[in-house]
Amino acid sequence: MKHTGRFGEFGGYYVPEVLIPVLEELEEAFDRFSVDRGFIAELDQLNRNYAGRPTPLYHARRLSEHVGFQVYLKREDLLHGGAHKVNNTLGQGLLAKYMGKTKLIAETGAGQHGLATSMIGALLGMETKIFMGVTDVERQSVNVHKMKLCGAEVVAVEGGTGTLKDAINDALRYWTSHVSDTFYLFGTAAGPHPYPTIVKHFQSCIGREARRQCLDQIGRLPDMVVACVGGGSNAIGVFAGFLDDKDVQLIGVEAGGRGVATGKHAASLTAGRPGVLHGAKSYLLQDADGQIIDTESVSAGLDYPGVGPEHSLLKDTGRARYVPADDEDVLDTFGLLTRIEGILPALESTHALAHVVSLKGKLAPDTVVVVNLSGRGDKDVGIVEKHRPLKDPRKAE
Amino acid sequence: MKSYQEVFSDLRKQGRAALIPFFVIGDPDFDTSLELVKAAIDAGADVLELGIPFSDPIADGPTIQKADVRAMRGGMNTHKACQFIRQVKRHKDIPIGLLMYYNLIQQYGVERFCKDFHEAGVNSVLVADLSIDDADEILVPARAAGLDSVFMVTPNTAPQRMERIAAKTTGFVYTVSLLGVTGSREALSSAADGLVRKLKGLTQVPVCVGFGVSKPEHARTIADAGADGVIIGSRIVAMIENHLDKPQEAVREITRFLTEVKGALAAK
Repeated sequence: MKHTGRFGEFGGYYVPEVLIPVLEELEEAFDRFSVDRGFIAELDQLNRNYAGRPTPLYHARRLSEHVGFQVYLKREDLLHGGAHKVNNTLGQGLLAKYMGKTKLIAETGAGQHGLATSMIGALLGMETKIFMGVTDVERQSVNVHKMKLCGAEVVAVEGGTGTLKDAINDALRYWTSHVSDTFYLFGTAAGPHPYPTIVKHFQSCIGREARRQCLDQIGRLPDMVVACVGGGSNAIGVFAGFLDDKDVQLIGVEAGGRGVATGKHAASLTAGRPGVLHGAKSYLLQDADGQIIDTESVSAGLDYPGVGPEHSLLKDTGRARYVPADDEDVLDTFGLLTRIEGILPALESTHALAHVVSLKGKLAPDTVVVVNLSGRGDKDVGIVEKHRPLKDPRKAE
Repeated sequence: MKSYQEVFSDLRKQGRAALIPFFVIGDPDFDTSLELVKAAIDAGADVLELGIPFSDPIADGPTIQKADVRAMRGGMNTHKACQFIRQVKRHKDIPIGLLMYYNLIQQYGVERFCKDFHEAGVNSVLVADLSIDDADEILVPARAAGLDSVFMVTPNTAPQRMERIAAKTTGFVYTVSLLGVTGSREALSSAADGLVRKLKGLTQVPVCVGFGVSKPEHARTIADAGADGVIIGSRIVAMIENHLDKPQEAVREITRFLTEVKGALAAK
């Protein structure tokens, strides 16, 4: 490898030897094409006309009135596919094409990355295989159906707990035996080098746009940028625009599940300790021996025991702060945003909003907070209904 | 404690390749696992390759994954694995290589791990998810503790990198016969033969072949290519899985199988 892929002590490429040449090939291709004018122009066109970039920065006036300070939503939920995931799948998908690969594989938890990969597989005419934990296949059947409509094959992974980490395990295993023609389109800013760097690169358009939009609309930078963190791709994407602006506070919100104290959560940075999983050193949820433990969250997209290595560094250096939001607060916030803004946020993104709502009355009225609304919540309506059922209209009188 | 050097040079004199069975420590429970490993030694194993179970074994196929789950359910952990090895060594002194994942060593503490496991009788540690590029994280404490180093070479490893890997190896080169994860295969990978010959031209350290080696004739082919040892994992682990209700049957079947492989390796 040309680079170490380190973020401080974190990151690296802790993979079986068979994957080293493949990651080297990927690193070389990324170094080459990410500065290639033809590649950049083609990706820019697709971002604009296929995905729908730039996305708006919206001053949520009623939410601002509710919390007592100024909240701006970066509307990644308006992108094609309904989430920020397409930024990365377009970038990596195009990279795969430029590398001459003919097949895409990807892991998925909630199905958003799987769907975003399937869309790009269809767009670029590449055979696509999506690895998804058997538990997730059951609870996200609509996304499974959409992936199949795009022509992808969905492989239900039986191993482990049948969730995202097991899907990653199996995608990595499959990749080791199909390295020559297959591109592994990794979904988040985690995994072995060069993935954290590649994913950040393709997601950093979020932060770049948001920064410029703040200057245009408000005439100054925000005081705070808030994003949810599972693997951490949308968070690193929006943080990337503000890392050098030392006065802008960066806050990542993790899945607090039933409460960090209960042990049933997915808050790796809040409650984990450094270790090695899926090719990188980072904060992990693990037992005393180093076995990875099961996570729990109302949002499948944050249900992951690790986190991208750069977030681990940002935590340790104090440049970003990471806090949990519990399921109950998230569900309440989902209802709030829907009612007062008419926006259905993805439960993942709702974690960031829930933290902002918890700051109600604690910040000066002119404080500007940017929230990365990373996805829309259509996929979560059934889950929310289960936890917060609407009153039966016939009895509502 | 018997060293790799002693075993491999003895075998070279006899013109025979080492028989190296692999077990997941504690599969399906401590006592049964110990009995199975002892039986493998009695059937003629020259070296043992043992795995400490991990929750997320990305280099392993379904057979070993399931064994990891069984062993963990049976209560196996890193500390108990150390006791297990002590008991194996009490049965017979043959070299033991560990094959495992990095996080377990990290959490145990690298220096303490190398020291404790060397004292228990381990000769080497092969970390499936630690390449030579980062190997210094473990090589220094491993050497200090007296452990040999074992690294993998795969069919897609570039020749220059092969040389670097061989240079860092003091125990044996673990040659992966195919592009993929562990698991039984009907046919031996065609890459195995060429890879062994290439490695033998590059290095004096012993070359052993694993992954997808599941039949006596596979072992013979690998030995004929010049390999110093043959590692058989999933085929044996599957025999444990097939007889979970009757462990004695697994003991018999594994003994029979290893005796057959031993015979195939001896026949000239």
